[in-house]
Amino acid sequence: MSEQVETASPRIWVFIEQEDGRAHPVSWELLGAAARLSAELPGSVVEGVLLGHNVAGIAPEAYRYGAKRVYMIDNPLLEVYRNMPYGAGVSSLIAKYQPEIFLVGATTLGRDLAGTVATRVPTGLTADCTELAIDPKLKILAATRPTFGGNLMATILCRKHRPQMATVRPRVLPMPEPLPAAEGELLREPFDLSESDIPVRRLRLIPGKEQLNIEYADVIVAGGRGVGGPKGFKLLAELADSLGGVVGASRPVIDAGWLAHEHQVGQTGTTVRPKLYIAAGISGAVQHTVGMSGANFILAINSDPKAPIFQIANASIVGDLYKVIPELIRQVKGMSNGQ
Amino acid sequence: MHSVVAIKQVPDTSNVRINPETGTLIREGVPTIINPYDIHAVEMAVRIKEKFGGTVTVISMGPPAAMEALVECVEQGADRAILISDRRFGAADTLATSYVLAHTIEALQAEGPIDLLLFGKQAIDGDTGQVGPGVATRIGVPLLSNVVVIESFDPVARKAVVHRKIEQGIEVLETRLPALLTVEKEIAAVKRAPLSNLINAARYKPELWTADAPVPFDIAQVGIKGSPTIVGKAFTPTPREAGAILSAAEKGLSQVVADALAMIVQANVVTLQNHNGGRP
Repeated sequence: MSEQVETASPRIWVFIEQEDGRAHPVSWELLGAAARLSAELPGSVVEGVLLGHNVAGIAPEAYRYGAKRVYMIDNPLLEVYRNMPYGAGVSSLIAKYQPEIFLVGATTLGRDLAGTVATRVPTGLTADCTELAIDPKLKILAATRPTFGGNLMATILCRKHRPQMATVRPRVLPMPEPLPAAEGELLREPFDLSESDIPVRRLRLIPGKEQLNIEYADVIVAGGRGVGGPKGFKLLAELADSLGGVVGASRPVIDAGWLAHEHQVGQTGTTVRPKLYIAAGISGAVQHTVGMSGANFILAINSDPKAPIFQIANASIVGDLYKVIPELIRQVKGMSNGQ
Repeated sequence: MHSVVAIKQVPDTSNVRINPETGTLIREGVPTIINPYDIHAVEMAVRIKEKFGGTVTVISMGPPAAMEALVECVEQGADRAILISDRRFGAADTLATSYVLAHTIEALQAEGPIDLLLFGKQAIDGDTGQVGPGVATRIGVPLLSNVVVIESFDPVARKAVVHRKIEQGIEVLETRLPALLTVEKEIAAVKRAPLSNLINAARYKPELWTADAPVPFDIAQVGIKGSPTIVGKAFTPTPREAGAILSAAEKGLSQVVADALAMIVQANVVTLQNHNGGRP
């Protein structure tokens, strides 16, 4: 696996994450970012890396989102994600093709994989970036990420080691428009591990009981400490229902045990990028806003006219959420009924 | 049975403030805590010791002040604590940090076998979650990240079954031991330390390991020198602009709600007219 191919043009790589033969949308978001980086690096080419079993069908989709080539390791041992064989496979491709930049989704799988690959190579890895650019002078990746609970942003450079690796959470980058007619090239790559080399085996998967898909929700109605208790979240759920959305929360709500961790938006929860974010009784600490300031429209409801959340909201209602939300539900339902 | 837990002392990020004039972090008066995930990793190691016997060693790379965090781990039930501290280790990125921890673990392995390595799934200051995977890769043991349950643990057959929290649900995996687990808070609820632990901890002084002794580190792989990444610049995030402020007390409740909904409709983020609660 140590063969090395002559580098024709700088390669910008994206890990095409898949589960059960379906690509994770973050892969396409990263291909969109890779295309923007490529425009700043003359002669560079955007390519995908795909591992799994019977996954060749995903490659044409990758071409439509901008990959010119897909390097694929298709092997029964890669049927489900396991750290060791995926780490070995991806590292062998990096050793062979020497990419300049390698982007991975900051999903559970992607974070597990990226830390391993960066150590094996070894190279620098910038985790959970919110912005990727090419430094105009140095012509290298400038990866910006929040640090210290989102209170500070840091732009990280990796000057000597290659590839320059970065992970980005789903929904942080915009989804590019696919080009239906785009074509590309599929390269099947070798894989020489056997099952006895792999120290871990999946026994079973217990599917999530209720799939709360807060990460990809278009509408989120979120509550904070100001909601006062678990009962108030029933009201928020009713508003979310009437808008076809889901319920989110800030950290104090989770710490108080009013809602499960899956609902948490923010630095130690989930980063969301909904079209509409309604923040009720949330003061707007940076740890929270760093996870939701990518929303297209923020409506804040708070009885404190000085609540910091109002500084970032498109519209703010100063008032008691226990009065404002029932009125919102009433008017939304009225509009939905065409009245 | 020997478990090693790696911990980090972190600033309590919910108390971090930025100087608005300089755009820099105000560190004075910011309390430090043990990274919340790490406390649960220590607890899990202590429970395994209670069941199978053996010892728990806690290691941490950090400034001298992190001694305090290590003593807390001894209160919680750890038997041995090592602070790996040297000015030359400063400003390390995840690659350099994983080298220092992996080198320390290898030195402990030379003293006697290690059965289990436990890390918190991420630290709340950097939030990278990359050090655990890095250490597992360096020392060549299986990595199991985001573990919520240890279903079975067999130090004799050298096998364990663990539950990982992943996007699709709970993944149940069998692993060879030794293995490195990065854990979620659910792994073990933290119990109040018994008085005997507190007495032990009061007398305990954590070991101090430097870059030179008792185990020499490769200076080229630590601190800034060993870090492929550097901070190009740091800045405070640019805030979004504030929009309309609608006061329910001044304009009336139904008017402000109608105004807000009109703005949402105008922004074209949801189509309220056609919506009927998701039902056909």
